[in-house]
Amino acid sequence: MSAAWPRSFTGRTILVIAALILLLVLISAGTWLWFSANEPKFSDPPPGLLSILTEPIPEGPNADLIRRGRYLTIAGDCASCHTRRGGRPFEGGLGLQTPFGIIYSANLTSDRDNGIGAWTPEQFFNALHNGAAPGNKRLYPALPYPHFTIVSRADTDAILAYLKTVPPVHYAQPGNRLPFPVDIRASLIAWNALNFSPHAFQGNSAMSAQWNRGAYLVEGLEHCGACHTPKNVLGAELNNQAYRGAAIENWVAPDLTGNPRTGLGRWSSNDIVQYLQTGRNAHANASGLMGEVVAYSTSLLSDSDLLAIAAYLKSLPASPTLSSGAPDAAAMRAGSAIFFDACTACHLAGGKGQPGMFPPLQGSNVAQQDDPTGVIHLILAGTRTAPTRSRPGFQSMPSFAWKLSDQEVADVATYIRNSWGNRAPPVDARRVAKLRSKLKLTQPLASDQR
Amino acid sequence: MAKTMPKVDVVLVGFGWTGAILAQQLCDAGLTVVALERAAVRTTPLNWATTFDQDELRYMWRHHLFQNVRYSTLTFRNNVNQAALPMRHLGSFLPGTGVGGAGIHWNGQIWRWLETDFKLKSHNETRYGKQSTAGLTLQDMPLSYGELEPYYDLFDRICGTSGQAGNLKGAKQAGGNPFEAERSAPYPTPPLPMTYGPKLFEQAAASMGLHPFPHPAGNLSQAYTNPLGMQLGKCTFCGFCEKFGCGNYSKASPQTTLIPYILTKPNFELRTEAEVLKVERTPDGRHATGVTYIDSGGAEYFQPAEIVALTAYQLHNVHLMLVSGIGQPYDPATGKGVVGKNYCYQTVSSVDLFFDDKLLNPFIGAGALASVIDDYNGDNFDHSGLGFIGGAYIAGMVTGARPIEMVRVPDGVPKWGLEWKRAAAKYFLRSMSLSVHGSSYPQAGNYLSLDPTYKDQFGRPMLRMTFDFPENDLKMASYCTDRAAEIGKKMGASLVHPKARKGPYDIKPYQTTHNVGGTMMGESANDSAVNKYSQSWDVPNLFVTGAGLYPQNPGYNPTGTLAALAFLTADAIKSHYIKAPGAPLVTA
Repeated sequence: MSAAWPRSFTGRTILVIAALILLLVLISAGTWLWFSANEPKFSDPPPGLLSILTEPIPEGPNADLIRRGRYLTIAGDCASCHTRRGGRPFEGGLGLQTPFGIIYSANLTSDRDNGIGAWTPEQFFNALHNGAAPGNKRLYPALPYPHFTIVSRADTDAILAYLKTVPPVHYAQPGNRLPFPVDIRASLIAWNALNFSPHAFQGNSAMSAQWNRGAYLVEGLEHCGACHTPKNVLGAELNNQAYRGAAIENWVAPDLTGNPRTGLGRWSSNDIVQYLQTGRNAHANASGLMGEVVAYSTSLLSDSDLLAIAAYLKSLPASPTLSSGAPDAAAMRAGSAIFFDACTACHLAGGKGQPGMFPPLQGSNVAQQDDPTGVIHLILAGTRTAPTRSRPGFQSMPSFAWKLSDQEVADVATYIRNSWGNRAPPVDARRVAKLRSKLKLTQPLASDQR
Repeated sequence: MAKTMPKVDVVLVGFGWTGAILAQQLCDAGLTVVALERAAVRTTPLNWATTFDQDELRYMWRHHLFQNVRYSTLTFRNNVNQAALPMRHLGSFLPGTGVGGAGIHWNGQIWRWLETDFKLKSHNETRYGKQSTAGLTLQDMPLSYGELEPYYDLFDRICGTSGQAGNLKGAKQAGGNPFEAERSAPYPTPPLPMTYGPKLFEQAAASMGLHPFPHPAGNLSQAYTNPLGMQLGKCTFCGFCEKFGCGNYSKASPQTTLIPYILTKPNFELRTEAEVLKVERTPDGRHATGVTYIDSGGAEYFQPAEIVALTAYQLHNVHLMLVSGIGQPYDPATGKGVVGKNYCYQTVSSVDLFFDDKLLNPFIGAGALASVIDDYNGDNFDHSGLGFIGGAYIAGMVTGARPIEMVRVPDGVPKWGLEWKRAAAKYFLRSMSLSVHGSSYPQAGNYLSLDPTYKDQFGRPMLRMTFDFPENDLKMASYCTDRAAEIGKKMGASLVHPKARKGPYDIKPYQTTHNVGGTMMGESANDSAVNKYSQSWDVPNLFVTGAGLYPQNPGYNPTGTLAALAFLTADAIKSHYIKAPGAPLVTA
């Protein structure tokens, strides 16, 4: 793909050796996942956040630049991570949980001490393009600079111009809670050497202007691959598997390629636009982390940019379809009964759903991801559809943790994933048990007490 | 010392249907609005999710969604010669509490009044002579059906009401209510499909020359998106509407149609656990300065506002008017005064039907799932020689078969023991009730006032209800129940047990939460508490919503009309009042 960034390891031998040592440490500690908010469910917007993102910007010096900057800030979904729960807009302090510890997002308000009030445009560009803050302080890639690197200087200037209008908040985020050696920022030099090289956006002249705009947004500011692309053990994206869906903090960010079962193969461009604009369409509802992306970013973008994103996503080649064996007949029988009792009230018989309201399960790409974590998570914990300007409701799915045993959750998930033409690997009760414990959810009541 | 809060344009007292309607309309017009709700925030996923919603013990029996008498109650007597006593358990009616109010646990039965219901007194006196209304303190509404129609229509579009129009812009429509007044638009969604019981009713009624039609329903027949972008799902006929919240987003409620939209407004604020004690006024009493309220921790606040709107339940609105000293309290001895006057209820009767040879499966139900006739409602039939006015709709209704509440056994079966068990088992799936939903007309001795003896937890006199069924309404109930029984026989029921409402009024058994009157609207300050825009005659920046506005109660569920009146009020505030704040919208 032309928009992918080039890599070069030449001339960095020493760094590579250092990185390999670090790699061993990391492998022994487990998978490296940078991106994950600590709130799995869509939360109420922090006070004033939607207003600051949507209220008209008054005329004044640089008003057009500031408006463009705010739009680009929205396109970067900066607010989602840079506003802690209950905090003032852009004050930072949201703890992003990684397997190694917690990284707190920075203050982006115009405060001169703790925010970006004193930053120059060069410094800001350097942060997004090279992943380095003033004083050559390496930034953790929790700030997705491997994506932001392609954002143009004109755009980073506009974003900074806007952020400098955000009311200053003299709040300093807590220090990261990371163990040695990850807490030493110099370790990031090695990470960058292996996984990152700064570069500008390279369009594809063979494709339309719309496609190129989509590529610029998807690969850059919207940083979709940060969640939707599988990662290596260092947490860097595997470019040969771009957008094929990935596990992320007890969820699955679904496949975005043209695969008709697991990806967006059955979605039209308009379906994609509708989803990103309203948080729901005939195939799926946005909730969880994607709910925040929709609420604070995509639902506020222009129609033309959403169409561009759709054009780019629709051009992604289909991921390979994994074969999965036929599910166990007993599990399907049990799952069918549970589905009838617990699910049909909203999702209707045959998994037809109520498109735009309660998602159909027949043909659902969310249901058919190879990794069943997302489906299990939805059943166990429930979820809440993101409210948007055009669809302010937040219809919710209740938690079934107290009501269904691990085996029952596994059976109904297997049933949903293998009925009405759906096909996906069956779900094991041990997997449900593991997720239940990770999410600290209650054990089910005895069957005669539910 | 009460803490003074920042002044707002509008303070709403109570956040149910009418509070939400005013909030939506006035926030969209740019006014700053604060809603004070006495109890807690309630949301579909946290308070009545599908996983635990169908719990009769919790919701029906233990009143989980209703006003708790430990917190707030009223005193009751049947007539002025009795001493009223505080109610320690509510039964006959079950007001809501908390965000959404009774709009959470209603059945979703959405009706409009007949054209003649708006001119009830003059219409009946013209047609049947002055003696027809003797003993009743009926009063015409100060507005016509035509003036309210656009707001009825708006409420239908907010709710997504499912139904079949009977009169579309003057053209009669097959399958709808032929007696209804002209609608400007069809129902937003098609009628609910009829199950077996309602179908039997429909066939029997039609064969008798009556005019059955599907009950207009706020339990939706299909998914719907309202003009505010709020989405409702298709009703699954689970049979838990009345006394329950809807976990499926299928029942129109403030939560499913308005509140999430309102919460996106930066000029709106909701404060819960805020019990309003009193409307405060300027020394001359002509202008409301705001309200005093108390939070659940006992701290007192004063909320100043340009406009005060009483949007609580009818009983509480009347109580607040009385404890705030606004308007002249009604005195039945002299007939003077307006606040508390014309308290009316709903005269609900029924006919139980038992079928030996038909399995009705009534657990497949919905709050407004019924085939219904309006042939015996209002003045849709000739009352000459009948000795009463008014009427009832008769509905072959199946709201569900909830096992604690709705086990029917034929008359004469013991109330416990083996015989009861046998009858209950035999008829649980083979019985249904016809609902006879009758009008309630006012008489001089029925009213609401402050209790001279009992005080509430805040030291205010409790509200006292004095009520018994007027002779007129009992005759109506008897007549209409007989008509229902005829339909029941035609349906082929093996046993037909009519239960016409009898006096004296008993406040203990559940009848319906349709308490009306007490802050009625009218043509002048002499005959009413508020004008046709729900604006107080005495305090022009005070507005009062709800069924308290009704001078009497037609034979319909009140929500449709009180919601339409709230939209009309909001429109009057937006279009006229704010151009000349503090001025009366009607001079009389």
